[in-house]
Amino acid sequence: MFDTANLTKLIFGRLTLESLPLHEPIIIGTFAMVALGGAALFGALTYFRLWGYLWKEWFTTVDHKRIGIMYMVLGIVMLLRGFADALMMRLQQAIAFNGSEGYLNSHHYDQVFTAHGVIMIFFVAMPLVTGLMNYVVPLQIGARDVSFPFLNNFSFWMTTAGAVLVMCSLFVGEFARTGWLAYPPLSNISYSPDVGVDYYIWALQVAGVGTLLSGVNLICTIVKMRAPGMTMMKMPVFTWTSLCTNVLIVASFPVLTAVLALLSLDRYVGTNFFTNDFGGDPMMYVNLIWIWGHPEVYILILPAFGIFSEVTSTFSGKRLFGYTSMVYATVVITILSYLVWLHHFFTMGSGASVNSFFGITTMIISIPTGAKMFNWLFTMYRGRIRFELPMMWTVAFMLTFVIGGMTGVLLAVPPADFVLHNSLFLVAHFHNVIIGGVLFGLFAGIAYWFPKAFGFKLDVFWGKMSFWFWTVGFYFAFMPLYVLGLMGVTRRLRTFDDPSLQIWFVIAGIGAVMILLGIASFLIQIAVSILRREQLADVTGDPWDARTLEWATSSPPPAYNFAFTPVVHDNDAWWDMKRRGYARPLAGFKAIHMPSNTGTGVILAGLSTTMAFGLIWYMWWMAAGSFVALLAVAIGHTFNYHRSFHIPADEVVSVERARTELLAAGAKS
Amino acid sequence: MTVAMGTLKAGEPVFYVVDEHEHPEGSSTMLGFWIYLMSDCLIFAILFAVYGVLGAKYAAGPAPKDLFDLSLVAVNTAFLLLSSLTYGFAMLSMQQNRLKAMQAWLVVTGLFGLAFLGIELTEFAHMIHEGATPQRSAFLSSFFTLVGTHGLHVTFGLIWLVTLMVQVKRFGLIEANRRRLVCLSMFWHFLDVIWIGVFTFVYLMGMLR
Repeated sequence: MFDTANLTKLIFGRLTLESLPLHEPIIIGTFAMVALGGAALFGALTYFRLWGYLWKEWFTTVDHKRIGIMYMVLGIVMLLRGFADALMMRLQQAIAFNGSEGYLNSHHYDQVFTAHGVIMIFFVAMPLVTGLMNYVVPLQIGARDVSFPFLNNFSFWMTTAGAVLVMCSLFVGEFARTGWLAYPPLSNISYSPDVGVDYYIWALQVAGVGTLLSGVNLICTIVKMRAPGMTMMKMPVFTWTSLCTNVLIVASFPVLTAVLALLSLDRYVGTNFFTNDFGGDPMMYVNLIWIWGHPEVYILILPAFGIFSEVTSTFSGKRLFGYTSMVYATVVITILSYLVWLHHFFTMGSGASVNSFFGITTMIISIPTGAKMFNWLFTMYRGRIRFELPMMWTVAFMLTFVIGGMTGVLLAVPPADFVLHNSLFLVAHFHNVIIGGVLFGLFAGIAYWFPKAFGFKLDVFWGKMSFWFWTVGFYFAFMPLYVLGLMGVTRRLRTFDDPSLQIWFVIAGIGAVMILLGIASFLIQIAVSILRREQLADVTGDPWDARTLEWATSSPPPAYNFAFTPVVHDNDAWWDMKRRGYARPLAGFKAIHMPSNTGTGVILAGLSTTMAFGLIWYMWWMAAGSFVALLAVAIGHTFNYHRSFHIPADEVVSVERARTELLAAGAKS
Repeated sequence: MTVAMGTLKAGEPVFYVVDEHEHPEGSSTMLGFWIYLMSDCLIFAILFAVYGVLGAKYAAGPAPKDLFDLSLVAVNTAFLLLSSLTYGFAMLSMQQNRLKAMQAWLVVTGLFGLAFLGIELTEFAHMIHEGATPQRSAFLSSFFTLVGTHGLHVTFGLIWLVTLMVQVKRFGLIEANRRRLVCLSMFWHFLDVIWIGVFTFVYLMGMLR
């Protein structure tokens, strides 16, 4: 009884030629550019015979430093996509006045704002934060690698698989049109019957596995692998904030996994968790997703706080002011972040008592955050401040983040929130704290640790260009949104009736273009720095005269990080070593035990991608086949008991001798 | 652990370890697995919370009293609790390096697990046959999801159990295998604890409603 239509349906599910956006010129143009760029990249890699090198040295690596760098590359690539979405929205809103429909139809526009939010949080901010933690934390605690090196590689590829699925939705089918948290009933099958929400669900589920495992991994690393002498209260602040962030990850991402699983049951099986009938409760979804969602914003900001702490004390030439209070503030924020989720929907109507509780807990968070702010200020006070790039980002952060924090406290007042809920004021607020906090922190971190990772500093001129375009552009882009929000303009609108509003959107659009120049300057900065790497080289391993252990080894560090495990006596371990005349060991090197590379992570993540793709398009054979293969590969991997090797002592000797010569040459010049 | 003295005079601080003991492989595994279990526990916490919210939303459909057969669930609970006990015996045998006894106890554990799953599936089939499907009401959606997720975990536990038995047979009670057996032990007991929650919260309290 199999006719062709049935057979096609069995093989391709709901994937048809119609699913390809052949009638959308904008997408076709984008696709052509991506295809051309991809083909050029592919061709170049093949021509220069780099595939083998990439596979052996990078894709299959279990070295936390290389995995960290790959996370950073993923984050920066996805930043370009997410920012393209932002530019499109700004342009649409700047021109859709006086009866004009703009250039994006609602079908497309709704996908753009959803994709922008999802990509920026999950595939830009998260990889960049995870990348920095991955790179820096083991070095800061004097470890050779993370606790579970293979898991680390697997986590990275799962995150990448999620990003691949989101990118896929651009060209095959469509993305969700629901906003970045996909609230039901809109995201239920009856209102979103297409593949968009399914792309959303599976991209986040796949990436979520990676995030959760990397959280477990980094907690274990910090708890178990610290160098002798490094007690908890001697850990660098960035390591502390990373620990708290990973605790947050482990304690919040399962909630996201569960709630998305329930949503997919509603969509695939027809259960009634979040439906409007048969007893379902859509507001439960909103509650649950924010129980994950609020800790998520602290997952992003805490490492940024850690970066600012390292940067401020290094570039002020002083020990961090109030280390203990900084640690306790971080821990308090970690706990409080679970007690505020309801402030995202005061308008739910949970009553005055509940709203007051959540309003007050929200305001209380500003106390530890304020304490941190004063700690940074007092660190700078009477310090010998060097305004290098990381320090510039830090100062910009302090000014900007305080404004964002204050508007946050305004929004924490329930009666005010009833007016400002879902307005552009809210949009301005969270961009203010995420750009002014997380992003500035990431740029500070990149400028700070780049020389450690690559052995040369970043070019200062283009760095300053990027800095000024970003900061000024930020104020131009988002201050108008505060104004518009106070005037009552709600978020996610595509066209406007009131022509008096247009000027504010035009100003915001100009701001977005300035940010574009900031991003361009950042990319130019990297290119220029690579070209000028000889002049910018750092032979000392400690280009900033810094304080923590990662600067005790060479730049870039050898695969084994430290030839001998350091012994820690003080908070700022490396500063203490320098002060007390530490002499670098020159002899007596031994073989070093290291984990081996493996391609299993790539394979598992690839199979997860095909499984997700099958589930999205109802190609059940593909989903089932991939799942079975996934199990088989995972079980097969456990039959491999030989996962480590020794770096021979000779090799350690020659690496360390090269560094000795480099240091001597650097001292002479 | 010996610490470097190098050229430093006595009394001066030491900054690095010369004679390093190798980090024993898998020294973080127990902690890591425990943290993973707690994250899994959170998934169940959410499912319990969802059941707490939706557990009485019958949508004019069947309620727990119409559906649950407590004596069957009691047998099922006994199977799972006994399987935890037998896993404990397997661990004791492992400590005494009695490989055969350990494998035998693992087989018994697996059989109890299978019996548990069998009864659970029978119960599900019976309910669905009576029209009490997951789609029928929010109560049933949350019931099937909570109990089913636990069942899914038991299924994966069984796959893992078989894999480990093969590995122990092939490679013996080496350090890596002992570590894995302890992990599975934690997983298995964890599922037991979750089931006690399900039994109390879903079945017993459901009958009172």
